[in-house]
Amino acid sequence: MLVIHCPYCQADRPELEFANAGEAHIVRPDNMAEMTDAEFEKMFFVRQNPKGVNLERWRHIHGCGRFFNAIRHTVSDKFLKVYKAGESRPSDAEIAELMK
Amino acid sequence: MKPSGQQQFRVPGRGSRIGARSVSFSFDGKAYEALEGDTLASALLANGVHLMGRSFKYHRPRGVLAAGVEESNALMQISRDSARTTPNVRASVQEVYDGLQAQSQNRFPTLNFDIGGINNLLSPFFAAGFYYKTFKWPAAAWDKIYEPFIRRAAGLGQAPAEEDPDRYSNRFAHCDVLIIGGGAAGLMAAKLATRKKQSIIICDENPQFGGWLLSDTDIRIDGKSGPDWAAEAVAELAAMDNVRLLNRTTGIGYFQQNMMVLNQRITEHQSKPAPDETRERMWQVRAGKIIIAQGAIERHMVFPDNDRPGIMQASAAQSFLNKYGVAVGSQIAVYTACDTAYAAAFDLAEEGVNIPIIVEHRTDIADDLLAQANELGIRVITGAVVEGTGGKLRINSVTFAKQNGNDRETIDVDALITSAGWTPSLHLYSQSRGKPQWDEDTQRFLPGESPQECVSIGACNGTDDLADIFAEAAKCTGSRATKHVIEDDVSTMGGLIGATGSSADKGKAFVDFQNDVTAKDIALAVREGMHSIEHVKRYTTNGMATDQGKLSNMHGLAIASKLLKKPIPAVGLTTFRPPYTPTTFGSFVGHSRGNLFDPTRQTPIHAWADENGAEFEPVSQWQRAWYFPRSGEDMHQAVDRECQTVRSVAGVFDASTLGKIEVVGPDAAAFMNIIYTNGWDKLKPGRAKYGIMCREDGFIYDDGVVGKLSNNRFHVTTTTGGAPRVLNHMEDYLQTEFPEMRVWLTSTSEQWATIAVQGPKAREIIEPLVNGADISNEKFPHMSVVECKVCGVAARLFRISFTGELGFEINVPADHGRAVWEAVWARAEPLGACAYGTEAMHVMRAEKGYIIVGQDTDGTVTPYDAGLSWAIAKAKPDFVGKRGLQRPDLMSEGRRQLVGLATKDPSKVLEEGAQIVADPTRPIPMKMIGFVTSSYWSGTLGKSIALALIEDGNNLIGKSLYAPMADEVIEVEVTGTVFYDTKGERLHG
Amino acid sequence: MAKANVATRDNPTSGNRLANASVSIESAPPASRISFRATPKGAKDFGKTLDLDLPVKPGQSTSKSTLSALWIGPDEWLIIDTKNPIDKLMPRRENANFCATDISHRNVAFIVSGNGAENTLCASCPRDLSLSAFPVGSASRTIFGKAEVVLLRTGKTSFRLECWRSFSPYVWDLLVDGAHDAHI
Ligand SMILES: [Zn+2]
Repeated sequence: MLVIHCPYCQADRPELEFANAGEAHIVRPDNMAEMTDAEFEKMFFVRQNPKGVNLERWRHIHGCGRFFNAIRHTVSDKFLKVYKAGESRPSDAEIAELMK
Repeated sequence: MKPSGQQQFRVPGRGSRIGARSVSFSFDGKAYEALEGDTLASALLANGVHLMGRSFKYHRPRGVLAAGVEESNALMQISRDSARTTPNVRASVQEVYDGLQAQSQNRFPTLNFDIGGINNLLSPFFAAGFYYKTFKWPAAAWDKIYEPFIRRAAGLGQAPAEEDPDRYSNRFAHCDVLIIGGGAAGLMAAKLATRKKQSIIICDENPQFGGWLLSDTDIRIDGKSGPDWAAEAVAELAAMDNVRLLNRTTGIGYFQQNMMVLNQRITEHQSKPAPDETRERMWQVRAGKIIIAQGAIERHMVFPDNDRPGIMQASAAQSFLNKYGVAVGSQIAVYTACDTAYAAAFDLAEEGVNIPIIVEHRTDIADDLLAQANELGIRVITGAVVEGTGGKLRINSVTFAKQNGNDRETIDVDALITSAGWTPSLHLYSQSRGKPQWDEDTQRFLPGESPQECVSIGACNGTDDLADIFAEAAKCTGSRATKHVIEDDVSTMGGLIGATGSSADKGKAFVDFQNDVTAKDIALAVREGMHSIEHVKRYTTNGMATDQGKLSNMHGLAIASKLLKKPIPAVGLTTFRPPYTPTTFGSFVGHSRGNLFDPTRQTPIHAWADENGAEFEPVSQWQRAWYFPRSGEDMHQAVDRECQTVRSVAGVFDASTLGKIEVVGPDAAAFMNIIYTNGWDKLKPGRAKYGIMCREDGFIYDDGVVGKLSNNRFHVTTTTGGAPRVLNHMEDYLQTEFPEMRVWLTSTSEQWATIAVQGPKAREIIEPLVNGADISNEKFPHMSVVECKVCGVAARLFRISFTGELGFEINVPADHGRAVWEAVWARAEPLGACAYGTEAMHVMRAEKGYIIVGQDTDGTVTPYDAGLSWAIAKAKPDFVGKRGLQRPDLMSEGRRQLVGLATKDPSKVLEEGAQIVADPTRPIPMKMIGFVTSSYWSGTLGKSIALALIEDGNNLIGKSLYAPMADEVIEVEVTGTVFYDTKGERLHG
Repeated sequence: MAKANVATRDNPTSGNRLANASVSIESAPPASRISFRATPKGAKDFGKTLDLDLPVKPGQSTSKSTLSALWIGPDEWLIIDTKNPIDKLMPRRENANFCATDISHRNVAFIVSGNGAENTLCASCPRDLSLSAFPVGSASRTIFGKAEVVLLRTGKTSFRLECWRSFSPYVWDLLVDGAHDAHI
């Protein structure tokens, strides 16, 4: 069982309070209706599922209820960073720094 | 010596762990005496019983090998009664209690004479890879021959057939420091850590703390014996508030972020546990720091016929003598490559046990050992090997020679103790995802860097000298080293991995006893192309038994490495996986069974339904009243009556399980527009609407009626099972896609009890109960909602229908649900109305063609497919699913569409899930064009009705299709989905 | 007109109580409850109305007499009044800065108290409930077995545990199970 730091509760909480909510930073465009089929496919169906650094969403569903983003290494299960929903994606350089 | 069967191998004055009180137990039906504190193994040995089991594959007679958790031969069935019988219990771990019943396993008819022993003669056929080579073809043999054979051969002992009557519990715990292992290293670390005011948990798998100190009688720490020092340390720790001492508790698994799972056995050693006492407790401990002090496990020597009863680890013999006061024989030979075996031999010799020979594999050993052996009259032959042993059910001779084959000699013995050195226990370190490092000098794997907040100390870290161990304990706790006078610490010099002797040797040299893997099997696996240790392991099953290779892994690795001519680290070490030792299912399950397995949710009206004879059905976690049979009625008759009563008079239905979500805020309508396919701008307060929500892919996700209470407040209902995920879905969009909207979502599912009153007399029933609202047809038409009082409590009253009849749904605060229900019932019953359940509800909604999401839809059905295109507000610029619905496949012709089916023979009721074909005469497999989603007998209509998803269904109306069943083909006609009151006039009554 | 007995409130675990040497568990009397959602301004405004500041720090609670306000999330509070009726608690009119929803009947509460209270809860709750990690006044939504609950530490050895109504028999059974080992 993981311990996850919730950026809203500002505390470590047991994984049992959380639900994973899939890949982070998938943008739902304002002009959904105008997306091409290929764009829609990419947005809705295609996921990275990397071995290594993964940017993902979690919800502190049995806690404060908030969705937030996390950078987790899928091999070590280490959380490199958590940040609130709506905050921009850390740059690759920043992620590389976190990996150190 | 005492006569046979009366603990004739007990050594007076020895045995730090046993008491004076005798207890009796039975083994294979025969009664024996033991002393309090004995393990089953020590008790049997005290009585001269060495034959304790049969090996798994060859059924070879086996005795106990070890005095600890690594035991892999002496596995027993331990029973208290028919429900409390546990297979594969290690005799070296099970404490004897008065009345204990033990049985040997894997033998028929008796342990002494076992028919399966013929496998031993057939052993050439059971070589490495036997299973893979044999159980291949023909496929037809699987059912009748192979699988039954494997099933019979697999697994030892008997699982109880009855439910486990005992209590198992769970505990989450947090501490600053968790120490696994209460030997010298663990105890010292605990003593030092307490000085830092930290919360500490220290556990040990044994009944007593002390580890090897309890087996070594020579050592003195500050003038105290090992057992005395340990006892004092325990007393000191027990007196502290911040220390929790857990004996009989094993660290079985090391998980992420310093989560360690401990298995505590509470009553396994008790003669008569209190009936409600917890049997085992699983601790899930989150520790700031974990100190692993697991110790090390002695390896056996690998030589021909090294598995006869009476052959065991030297350390085991020493433990049996010093902890339990048992001599494991009277003529004991020693075969060793490690100094520690000498201590065992000397202790035994001091008690007058004859040690005829120490066969020393090494050519050079310390002079003081030789001198001491000489003093005790023990002969030592160096640079020698044991070439074989004699005996059937017990060793009776040992043959040894110089390594070059000279000076061969056979002598009579009744036991042989061996030591190939010690393997540091890296199990938990490895589970923490640490990478063991090969230490070339000492030829062993040691912990490398720790990826988590953990540190290994003591023998599991390769530190054998007590002074060094204490220094490590100080270092890992950040304490100043304390000074100690340590006398007579035993040398652990030496060690050997792999087989001894030559490959020409006859007889089986066992590497893994439990799975009967020999040195030759490993050689064969390497010859047949297994070049990675993971492959060798699986091909030979080395290390795959319940002992998980605690004895065999290093030997197997060394043998493979030699044949592959690769250094050991290049061959690799197999992964250690939890649990460290076999753990009962009961312990894993803990309290999660029976009523605690999963919540069973009941509505506020449940008790009334129960008192009124309802049968219930589970719907997600809920129990719902299914139907209310009256005396003599079966389900079919009850449902028919309920439906017809509702349609002719009225019925009362408990709809409390429906999910309810309050959507509130200035942007509530805008948010509803995004989530639902429908448009919400024009809906006026006081009005309700049927809403559909899709996922982004355009498939129906949930549905329900939504009431608009005010411009800022919607009362949303969801399906019973959908409530949590719908709220999550809404929160997701609100928080992450539309955070600028000022809307708040609150689950009110359980705030309200919901009582549906449906049927022509529905208004007549409820009207006198309602205050503060005019519920006449004109003022309160179909699809209305009002906040009013019902029976004097604040209520939300809906005029809606899921039956097609005039209907109301009364929402009242849940704690008043039953009282209001009873008030409604008091009105309804005299008018001839009934209470109805979910089955009648299902029939009536199907008669009207109302879908149930999850029954008539399956996650691949769009609103168009379900005939709900009217519920899609196409002009809205955006809603969840709008773009998905435009995908070519979702717009294509001929998709599966929801239609009605009428059987040609109206008395035939289709099976839900039945496949539908256009032409049943075509050869199998014929094309299936859809399936039945809902099917019922409609008493009202006097015929069967069904809904089905059929390819291009809307264009097939009026056509005949077929449902091929096992014994017949049922012809159906495709119809519309509304079977009853097709004009929908009754709703407005 | 048919009269319903709505003078008293009833829930599945009303009246349940258990006590052993280490812990006592009892079903709390009915209470008035609001799920309160608000912007920071809305929270301040409603605090004035209640004459009780809503806590702004995660995991904390405020209380005054029979009224408590528990921080649940950054825009969510659970407001409990163990004495006054809900009508006294609910805001008079709607407000663009907040939303109050009556959930008085949605929740059922248990009072768990005694030296074994923490152990009783830790049989099923994965949180660190030691006094240092969860001091008096701490409040949190969390998980208890398979049920979502809200925990409020009301004293060194006493907790209020709220769960949804239909989960209360399950939560009760789990508490009883935990109480069995509370002395350990
Ligand atoms: Zn949180």
